[in-house]
Amino acid sequence: MRNANLTAHYYDLDEHDHPEGGSTLLGFWLYLMSDCLIFAMLFAAYGVLGGNYAAGPGPRDLFELPLVALNTAMLLFSSMTYGFAMIEMQRGRVGGVQGWLVATALFGAAFLSIELYEFSHLIADGATPQRSAFLSSFFTLVGTHGLHVTFGLVWLGTLLVQLAQHGLTEANKRRLLCLSMFWHFLDVIWIGVFTFVYLMGILR
Amino acid sequence: MPNPDQTWTPLLGRLSLDAIPLHEPILVATFAVVALGGVALLAALTYFRVWGYLWKEWFTSVDHKKIGVMYMVLGLVMFLRGFADALMMRMQQAVAFNGNDGFLPAHHYDQVFTAHGVIMIFFVAMPFVTGLMNFVVPLQIGARDVSFPFLNNFSFWMTASGAVLVMASLFVGEFAQTGWLAYPPLSSLAYSPGVGVDYYIWALQIAGVGTTLSGINLIATIIKLRAPGMTMMRMPVFTWTALCTNVLIVASFPVLTAVLALLSLGRYVGTNFFTNDFGGSPMMYVNLIWIWGHPEVYILILPLFGVYSEITSTFSSKRLFGYTSMVYATVVITVLSYVVWLHHFFTMGSGASVNSFFGITTMVISIPTGAKMFNWLFTMYRGRIRFELPMMWTVAFMLTFVIGGMTGVMLAVPPADFVLHNSLFLIAHFHNVIIGGVVFGVFAAINYWWPKAFGFKLEPFWGKVSFWCWVPGFWLAFAPLYVMGLMGVTRRMRVFDDPSLQPYFIVAACGAGLIACGIGAMLVQFGVSIMRREQLRDETGDPWGGRTLEWATSSPPPEYNFAFTPQVHDLDAWEDMKRNAVARPVEGFRAIHMPKSTGAGVILAGIATVFGFAMIWHIWWLAIAGFVTLLLTALAHTFNYHRSYHIPAEAVARTEAERTRQLALVEGV
Repeated sequence: MRNANLTAHYYDLDEHDHPEGGSTLLGFWLYLMSDCLIFAMLFAAYGVLGGNYAAGPGPRDLFELPLVALNTAMLLFSSMTYGFAMIEMQRGRVGGVQGWLVATALFGAAFLSIELYEFSHLIADGATPQRSAFLSSFFTLVGTHGLHVTFGLVWLGTLLVQLAQHGLTEANKRRLLCLSMFWHFLDVIWIGVFTFVYLMGILR
Repeated sequence: MPNPDQTWTPLLGRLSLDAIPLHEPILVATFAVVALGGVALLAALTYFRVWGYLWKEWFTSVDHKKIGVMYMVLGLVMFLRGFADALMMRMQQAVAFNGNDGFLPAHHYDQVFTAHGVIMIFFVAMPFVTGLMNFVVPLQIGARDVSFPFLNNFSFWMTASGAVLVMASLFVGEFAQTGWLAYPPLSSLAYSPGVGVDYYIWALQIAGVGTTLSGINLIATIIKLRAPGMTMMRMPVFTWTALCTNVLIVASFPVLTAVLALLSLGRYVGTNFFTNDFGGSPMMYVNLIWIWGHPEVYILILPLFGVYSEITSTFSSKRLFGYTSMVYATVVITVLSYVVWLHHFFTMGSGASVNSFFGITTMVISIPTGAKMFNWLFTMYRGRIRFELPMMWTVAFMLTFVIGGMTGVMLAVPPADFVLHNSLFLIAHFHNVIIGGVVFGVFAAINYWWPKAFGFKLEPFWGKVSFWCWVPGFWLAFAPLYVMGLMGVTRRMRVFDDPSLQPYFIVAACGAGLIACGIGAMLVQFGVSIMRREQLRDETGDPWGGRTLEWATSSPPPEYNFAFTPQVHDLDAWEDMKRNAVARPVEGFRAIHMPKSTGAGVILAGIATVFGFAMIWHIWWLAIAGFVTLLLTALAHTFNYHRSYHIPAEAVARTEAERTRQLALVEGV
């Protein structure tokens, strides 16, 4: 007949609730990798089409490295301040987290403003996305990164409200960690953009 | 067909009464049938007061089993639509000779073959495989649900939203006339000014969000939620193939998203990625879309390889031959599927060395696939084979798929491909592997897991009628295409000049008719089985002598799947438990922590549909409003922190006591 002695060997009879969100960080990593592939495609498109100026302006005519350097600095600072926010989170200080998040948001907004300023200048000079395949791929790559930063800012604002409502609960800590990965991921992508599009563009 | 120089109004964008194809008798008749059927269905649902039940128990459910079933229903409905397109093409080509124009005008015929391909791949095959993985994987690994249950519900509704947009294109406006991959420059605004390509883009983009998220979800589930003791090399083969499939999904669908985004930028903003002038390159589109497209082929077939493995070993009453080699073969196919994309366009002119590389990698893929075939054969060898329906479909697959694989190797030879490219030979080849591999596998899986999902078996007589219509029907329909392809007949032709081809097309049309009988018989099989469910009921939860954990619980499984999580000590965990006659725990139940149902997924996908529709028709105010609402609704959802509840221990005890009573009855007989 049925062997009752083996039951405990084959079933977990003393099971406890699994903590919620145990897969969240892995899941978010996977999402980031899928997003990374979207950027990979845009980089590939820029790699193939980036030299096709169609008798229009090229990188050397358009890019102003000092402005881009300032822009890059803004984004890197925002990653640093986000890091400080995470340290405050480890210490369990809501106020510190909120403060550094606000600083992050300010640097992020500065980055976006400079990018929009650069775009508006290019468009005013006639270097529109429609002008050549080079400009199509430039605007798409850089613009997609900018859109990501914009969504990051919306998310950051939402988290500030949720932190104010609930404090540093497990769920909120998990969300902060996800946004942290997202924010640093955008930083890494920007390093790629800065090198591949701007620096190498000037050398082209 | 909407007039290309149509006027745009701020309120309705490009939409006007002209968009309703009143002058197309076929579409009007179809619309009448669909509308009457739809109204009848809605009326029946209202009359029997099942709306509340559907909303509470199904639409808003985060239970992976119910979502799996909903995916299968979606796949089945869209399958009927996609097959109707196929029948129309077969009929058109069977009569369009000797100056006869057939019954489909060119612009309609082009939409039909485009819609057929798009629907069959994205809204039939994908929902079927996603549905199977959703239903089976958590049960096989001894989990209570997937990692992200809400996301799962949302993914399903996004897929359904894409399907709704494709269906809407039938009656409001038009669908793309570009072929299923919408190559530019044909798909650019200059050559496709209507809404067809926009329907294509937004249907796929919205459904693609669902597919990618569901891929992430299932990977996380398989990595994180396996029962204790289930090491990677003790995972059931279906779970392994599901893991590889979802890795492929996550690593390839973003490519499709990106390339379609670039295509839409060209159409909406006027960028020059794929134009012939201003430095664009149409061939880049072809490369990028096949970098998604080839892995997609394996996304479709790998889960079914898993299904065949489970079925072969269950119905041969043996452990699977060469489990380890099966796993490695799956992983090798996963990796290799990324280095063969160029074989879809050898004629592009990349030169001999590039073509040779991709020809060889393509041929190399047939090695792990062949290894699988031998593993199945050796599993059957000296097994006690029971030829029930799932096993019959499996054997039909082996016989059919091998031929399809061999014609694939023929096409992998670049010089041969230059002759066969874009011919009916290619059409016959990929239908041979997709019908013989994916469709047969889905039917095997439906017959295999139906009793698990609903608690009663499918009736075998009508299932066999369906089988014997389908398999010869398939060969009748596609063998003539192989022959004509070798003679140089190209694909996507609406009329033919050479009357000597007509007999072949008539035979092919007869094959399609036989397949139609097979589909009809399958629907009858479902109906008969549901009516006779009491006679067909399975009380054991293990009607086939299964080997993996999904058979360890009742049929249908309780919401929480397993009252106590099983501990795994061997491959074929349930077979191991049966062999050792392990007693099922009957006391000491605890409260079980489960996710709550939510309507957020339906609502978000509904808004996404409206947004997509507005983008297609250039109704900018609605698009902006839709996008903002979508964003705000998603944000509002994040303010909901109470997403789970406990099933009380007493409720679990009641459910399990009922199961104990059932099992005692069965064993007492």
